Amino acid sequence: MASEGAGNELREDGADVRAEVGALPDIGRREAGGWLVPVAAALAIAALPLVLSPYGQDVVVRIAIYAIFALSLELLVGATGLVSLGHAAFLGIGAYVTVLASGDSGASLALLVPLAMGAAAAYAVVVGALSLRTRGVYFIMVTLAFAQMAYFVFHDTKVGGGSDGIFLYVKPVLAVGATTLLDLGQRVPFYYSVLAALVATYAFIALLLGSRFGHALAGIRVNEQRMRAAGFATTPYKLAAFTVAGALAGLAGLLLAVKDGAVNPELLSWHESGAVLLMLIFGGIGSLRGAVLGAIAFTLLKELFQSEALLGPMAGHWQLTLGLTIIAFVAALPRGLIGLGTRVRGLVSERAARAATAKSP
Amino acid sequence: MSAVLATSTGPREAPHSASLLEAIGLGRRFRGLAAVDAVSIDVCVGEIHAVIGTNGAGKSTLINMLSGELAPSAGTVRFAGHDVTRWSQPRRARAGLGRSYQRTTIFAEFSVLENCRLAAQASEQRPWLVWERAAHDRRGIAIATRAIAAAGLDGDAGRMASTLSHGAKRQLEIAMCLATAPRALLLDEPLAGMGAEETGRMLTLLSDLKATHAILLVEHDMDAVFRVADRITVMVNGQVIASDVPERIRSDPAVRLAYLGDAH
Repeated sequence: MASEGAGNELREDGADVRAEVGALPDIGRREAGGWLVPVAAALAIAALPLVLSPYGQDVVVRIAIYAIFALSLELLVGATGLVSLGHAAFLGIGAYVTVLASGDSGASLALLVPLAMGAAAAYAVVVGALSLRTRGVYFIMVTLAFAQMAYFVFHDTKVGGGSDGIFLYVKPVLAVGATTLLDLGQRVPFYYSVLAALVATYAFIALLLGSRFGHALAGIRVNEQRMRAAGFATTPYKLAAFTVAGALAGLAGLLLAVKDGAVNPELLSWHESGAVLLMLIFGGIGSLRGAVLGAIAFTLLKELFQSEALLGPMAGHWQLTLGLTIIAFVAALPRGLIGLGTRVRGLVSERAARAATAKSP
Repeated sequence: MSAVLATSTGPREAPHSASLLEAIGLGRRFRGLAAVDAVSIDVCVGEIHAVIGTNGAGKSTLINMLSGELAPSAGTVRFAGHDVTRWSQPRRARAGLGRSYQRTTIFAEFSVLENCRLAAQASEQRPWLVWERAAHDRRGIAIATRAIAAAGLDGDAGRMASTLSHGAKRQLEIAMCLATAPRALLLDEPLAGMGAEETGRMLTLLSDLKATHAILLVEHDMDAVFRVADRITVMVNGQVIASDVPERIRSDPAVRLAYLGDAH
């Protein structure tokens, strides 16, 4: 390489190049509007209770929880290139631990959050350590197998009330001495707690992706062999991502348990794992906004197709209508809803180009 | 890196004793078939040691065992005084053993700069510092910029790697390798698919790098090999049939018979 004497000169070059590269889609994650769009969206969600009915707020809370769940999976699928079909196991474990640790008399959030996230992370370490030895479709099957294992533990044993699940009798609170700071049993504090959790999750994953850790994950997604040749032990990186994703799914599980006031084994079923994967595909893999958008669209469409008031007897077949709708969307928008803008612009310019060529001869 | 380079760039009287990378009796069997059989080879800083041989001679298997991607069935690999036979590829890479691939393996969707910065990051990973922005990684960007310049890609730092010409992608491959600050380079057919002009530029680059690196070159282009190599090892059916300076390899009867053919 260059001699030591040229160091200063080259460092200046480095700064120049960096400024030049700042505008580039360096790892394909720079999105239009930067921070403005997510911040505006968070403010809008914060203002929604002013206009929404309690039922509407309930839907927003459900969406926000699934957005956290989808974001956690995006860290694996979109950022690291690991397609897991067992992510619901971590959601379910977070939910069950919340209910079990609350017992009959309730528990503090200061205890439940680390417990739920820690338990999910612990299971993720085990599943990750074993499944990350495999690749591609084998990885998908092994993660599915581990999730089904957890599902049957809760379904077939008395640990969590068997197939009926268990109720959360007392919702968690955060208290210092005798002063209650936060009571998740109340609608408004719970609404804003879920929103805060969503914002924190989004910001945390965005922080990760912009760090050297996140860039290494992107490198592993694009070309793991090259990363190993450069000197990265890639398995620990993937295991770290898998564990963080599991912990965040555990947080979503905690919130879901508090929202529903009950848990049952279906939370861990492969239907849930498939649904969250569909949210990512629907919204657009490779984008945090896409994950949130997918959670919104999926949940709203599910509400719509389950509504007997709107669809009558068809509401009983919501899986069919939702499935067909998603197939149609994915066929029209292969990059997901997040790619809608680009797709429309592409079609418009295509039509303009065609019109121009039709005129010119 | 520089300490080692400083001590090893002087005139070399006894190249074999100063070898940086050395394989002793290296072998690999695939289902009873010996892909590489008892191969001993070494390379020192200041030389290009080329490995030639027909398809299936075991060159790629050899380079994969040297880089740590493939565990040998027999023999040892020594690098910079350590027995690295049991070391993983990432560990060998961090110790200074860089490699390039026959098939171009760049990060196609990243910029040229990010390709090299990421490679430079390998030597100072610290992944837990998640609040530090990779885009502001001064150390990585400085190393990457030097590597890009050394590989002759000065003007292309901001370009997306997938938009480079084939030759420039091969140069980027070398630049990424350099960004990991290697002491030894394992180059697997760096000239594959290159035009005459690109080949010339790459050979100049290799000759420049020779002064500070130990280079093991696997290459099919015979003219190029005889132009730049200081030593040539000829492999046939997994075994070394000759290893010597180019002039003597050219006239070696066994090599002429087995590899170069009577036409030469």
